[in-house]
Amino acid sequence: MQNEMTTFKPKIVAFCCNWCSYAGADLAGTNRLTYPADVKIIRVPCSCRVNPMFILRAFQRGADGVIICGCHPGDCHYTTGNYYARRRMTLLFSMLDFLGIEKERTRVEWVSAAEGAKFAATMNDFVATVTKLGENKRLEDLRCKK
Amino acid sequence: MQEMMIAKARELLKSGAVQRVLGWKAGEFAYDVEPAVFESAQELEKSFVYNDFCGSNLSKYLIAQSRKEGKTLVFLKPCDTYSFSQLLAEHRIVRENVYAIGIPCQGKTDGETLKGKGFTGILSAQCEGDTFTVHTLYGDKTAARADVLPERCLNCKSKKHMIYDELLGEDGEVLDSHRFDMVEKLEKMTPDERFAFWRGELSRCIRCNACRNVCPACTCEKCVFDNDASGIAQKAAADSFEENMFHIIRAFHVAGRCTDCGECSRVCPQNIPLHLLNRKFIKDINELYGAYQAGEDPDAKSPLTDYTMNDAEPGIVYHRGGNQ
Ligand code: SF4
Ligand code: SF4
Ligand code: FES
Repeated sequence: MQNEMTTFKPKIVAFCCNWCSYAGADLAGTNRLTYPADVKIIRVPCSCRVNPMFILRAFQRGADGVIICGCHPGDCHYTTGNYYARRRMTLLFSMLDFLGIEKERTRVEWVSAAEGAKFAATMNDFVATVTKLGENKRLEDLRCKK
Repeated sequence: MQEMMIAKARELLKSGAVQRVLGWKAGEFAYDVEPAVFESAQELEKSFVYNDFCGSNLSKYLIAQSRKEGKTLVFLKPCDTYSFSQLLAEHRIVRENVYAIGIPCQGKTDGETLKGKGFTGILSAQCEGDTFTVHTLYGDKTAARADVLPERCLNCKSKKHMIYDELLGEDGEVLDSHRFDMVEKLEKMTPDERFAFWRGELSRCIRCNACRNVCPACTCEKCVFDNDASGIAQKAAADSFEENMFHIIRAFHVAGRCTDCGECSRVCPQNIPLHLLNRKFIKDINELYGAYQAGEDPDAKSPLTDYTMNDAEPGIVYHRGGNQ
């Protein structure tokens, strides 16, 4: 049991907008900053592209945490996409919390193309938080588990 | 009231002002009332009713009826007018083809509830003040209003009609309701308690889709729940995940547009309190983005198609609600 706890590695899905956060992840890479390899990045055109269903689907397919990264408010490539995403995600996260699903498993973070260090730090922090929570049990789909 | 309504409908049909009437029709038993379209005075005489079992919200039927030739007369209770107004704002109803008559409402009950309270041989029922009188084959019996009315009527948000062409009876006021009390109670629980509560409720869902079909905010012609490729079109939930998914997506799709008419909970054969999910969204929207009730102001922008530069960050969820 002890062993299981210490070796638990969460699966994290990170939706990154093409214009800022994805480039931020690139910068983290070229600067050789490290963050856990369990973070799987999915590139989206804009944070606003993230449909609430994407997040649920990620949990279903085995994610233990889902993070959405986009341009800083005011900097969205499409001007206002992240403002809409911000409202949507706030309400969705609040609903997950209302259903008793650990709110720490979801997060939104604004990361610009120049913030490679912030990207790595954010991922490290998020992975640590989700590791502490353990496996996603409340939004799991047993059929998708190995 | 029923007589007045029939007289009005006959008059408008006769003069040719309207071609059909959307109302409620008597069924086999007093409580088997259902929505129906009437096209003649004979049909009206035969089965048109308006009583304390006319809970169904007729506004959604106007989407189809208003696309027909000629005008449709519709009777709307105060809460139904919120849905009507919202559907107009969403351009789902052809306004010129509708003649809306506002009618008063004291709260509606249903057969299941009355039978559950031990009433048999029900002939009719009537609400006055705090007492509910049920006329049965075995004489008149009474019950406390709170015992036979559904939660949505006990916590009615408004007796005021939002939109109408004509009013029968008096218009009421927007009420100071307690509709968010249960949501607050749940928010005060620990996440574990909340999870247990919702598992208990949502695991009963049989995916009949009645909640979606009745909802006046759910009007897409192609629904994600019918799209096999979406992976959530199952007609039975195979896993607890699917139950959660269905309910989160259903509630999210109407967030900012739900008029809190309570139809979803009314039709659920499993008595799942779906309205609590919708109200959670309404409450959050009120607290985070300013008071907003869909259906109230046709010109207001829905909070999810709007934003301000200084909106709260999603992280606010970590600091509010719940015990943790
Ligand atoms: S979600 Fe329920 S309460 Fe809201 S509009 Fe639809 S049926 Fe009415
Ligand atoms: S009406 Fe009730 S049982 Fe039917 S799909 Fe909706 S919640 Fe499930
Ligand atoms: S393009 Fe980055 S958030 Fe819209």
